[in-house]
Amino acid sequence: MNIIVPVKLVPDLVEELSIDASGTALDTAWLRMIVNEFDDHAIEQAIILKEQTGANVTVLSANIEGIDDLLFTAAAKGADRLIKLNGDFESGVNNHALAREMATIIRALKPDLILTGVQAHNDLDGSIGPQLAEYLGIPYIGYVSGVKVNGDKVNVRKEYPGGLIGEIQVSLPALLGIQAAEQPPRYVAISKVRQMMKTVNIEEQDLAIFDSLGAPTVNRMFVAEAAERASMLSENADEAAGQLINIFKELGTL
Amino acid sequence: MATTAISHTPSFSETFFSSLYQVENGERFRTCLQCGSCSGVCPFGYLMDFPPGRMIAGLRADEFNLVMETDTVWMCVSCYACAQICPSKIPITAGLMTRTKEELLLAGNVPSELQSALENSQRYGNPMGESPRKRADWTLGIEPQITLLGKERLPVDVLWFVGDYPSYHPRVQSVAKSLAKVLNALGINFGILGPEENSDGDTQRLAGERGLFEMLVEKNGRIFNKYQFGKIITSDPHAYNALKNEYPALGVSYPVQHSTQFLAEHIDQLKPLLKKEIQATVTYHDPCYLGRVNGVFDEPRLLLGAIPGLKLVEMAHNHSSSLCCGGGGGGMWLDGFQWEKAHARLSEWRVHEAVDIGANILAVACPYEPPRFEDAVKTIQQAEQLVVKDIVELLAEALG
Repeated sequence: MNIIVPVKLVPDLVEELSIDASGTALDTAWLRMIVNEFDDHAIEQAIILKEQTGANVTVLSANIEGIDDLLFTAAAKGADRLIKLNGDFESGVNNHALAREMATIIRALKPDLILTGVQAHNDLDGSIGPQLAEYLGIPYIGYVSGVKVNGDKVNVRKEYPGGLIGEIQVSLPALLGIQAAEQPPRYVAISKVRQMMKTVNIEEQDLAIFDSLGAPTVNRMFVAEAAERASMLSENADEAAGQLINIFKELGTL
Repeated sequence: MATTAISHTPSFSETFFSSLYQVENGERFRTCLQCGSCSGVCPFGYLMDFPPGRMIAGLRADEFNLVMETDTVWMCVSCYACAQICPSKIPITAGLMTRTKEELLLAGNVPSELQSALENSQRYGNPMGESPRKRADWTLGIEPQITLLGKERLPVDVLWFVGDYPSYHPRVQSVAKSLAKVLNALGINFGILGPEENSDGDTQRLAGERGLFEMLVEKNGRIFNKYQFGKIITSDPHAYNALKNEYPALGVSYPVQHSTQFLAEHIDQLKPLLKKEIQATVTYHDPCYLGRVNGVFDEPRLLLGAIPGLKLVEMAHNHSSSLCCGGGGGGMWLDGFQWEKAHARLSEWRVHEAVDIGANILAVACPYEPPRFEDAVKTIQQAEQLVVKDIVELLAEALG
């Protein structure tokens, strides 16, 4: 079984975000990038399937700063093949454009199963999974939290709102949007990652020029603004407590 | 009759045993008497599937794989009590316990709480996953302004390695601020690294992440190399231990002192400044990596003795028999795991001792301790009146 795992780096929210001079995008100068949490689960699920069935796992991602660490870590966990995709990511590529181009590359890899994170916090034009599945012409199931291989089909557990779980069988090839792997992403000792850096090769492939057709345009990006109706309490805890008591009294709850 | 050697693939026990020989005095593992002192003195030995003595027996019986199947090695807080008591002076903590954790970690047998502390240390240079850019935020508002070496680029006498918890932990930031006050009062020419500083990595090393430790040593070593300073001081015994005993073997070698040693050297200058009385009965908790491991017992007591009004009493376990607060060897990041196994915290045991001796103040000298002991104070009824203070906080208070 050939499993392809497209993953991406997203802004790490441990640092405060700022907006660039154009007012329509994040300022990338101070951005620290981290693997999209759901993609980390997709890698874990792929490795679990490899351990169960002997699948071959390929992890691929856009070639931006920090990607090598992500890919070598995936290799240390058990990924067999690493690919980074070269392209013009500077000008703010969106998921419509990326899905179109990645579909061409992934098709050539002849996947049986594609696992990717169900969403990312910086998806502005929809998550990439369904778009990729559409361009590949294969079924998509999202919010998946368990996968069992059953011959040329897979049985998946899909999470629905309200605590409902659906069990669905789907013929391969198929694309699954992973909500959670069957176990939390594993830890790999740094010595193992460093060993990968010395011994494993990351392949490079070129993406064609991006075509963003169909994607929305960002007119303005801004930090949430307090509306006039909101009244802000003091930052001093004692004062704030006094203010709260008055508010509760006014509302008749005290 | 001629005999032929039978080729033999070494078992896991054999490979592991021979790896212990690479640790300093590792050959002493052969001299274990199986007296069981290590297992008895170990604060969590009573609940380990294989306490240290049985681990050594398992090695000899070629059954170490059984040890690797359990997870109770993660109860080890690397407190050195076993190594201290061993009549054969076997390096149990540095060798056996740490090497076993390394093997468990390589095999992926890591409690998830510990996993996130290790991932954070790798990614952000601190185990709590805080922004590296905010590492010096605790200095805001301190006057005179604390020198950031990356900004000033001037030589200093003292490079203060602040450490993770004094930099970020809201309770321990107060210790950092107090040390700044004392250093300023003494007119010391000092600077800090701020955002360029990384975790010292010692506790990660003792939790089995040798590779991460080496990475952090490389990072800190590169930064130290950029600046001119006379010596390093730190209020963190773990950082002190790493810089003194572990960094040099990796090519990063600087004179280093724990802050209590540094301040004790300045006692003649400091004592006349300590004008405000602190009327209290104080007992001092020897941190494992200051006392038992590095033999610094007198300087902290000298400093406490210099504070007017203060009466120093000793707990039942003191000096080299001091009890661990439970934070070492990864214990700081295994609170839930260890609670699940033990339903007791080592910090609570210690706080009981402080209460028994009639202390009002439990004085400490390690950044793990104020939050750990204050949490313990909250859960022990008789401890309601006990206050936990770092020695440096008491000194700053006595400066008035």
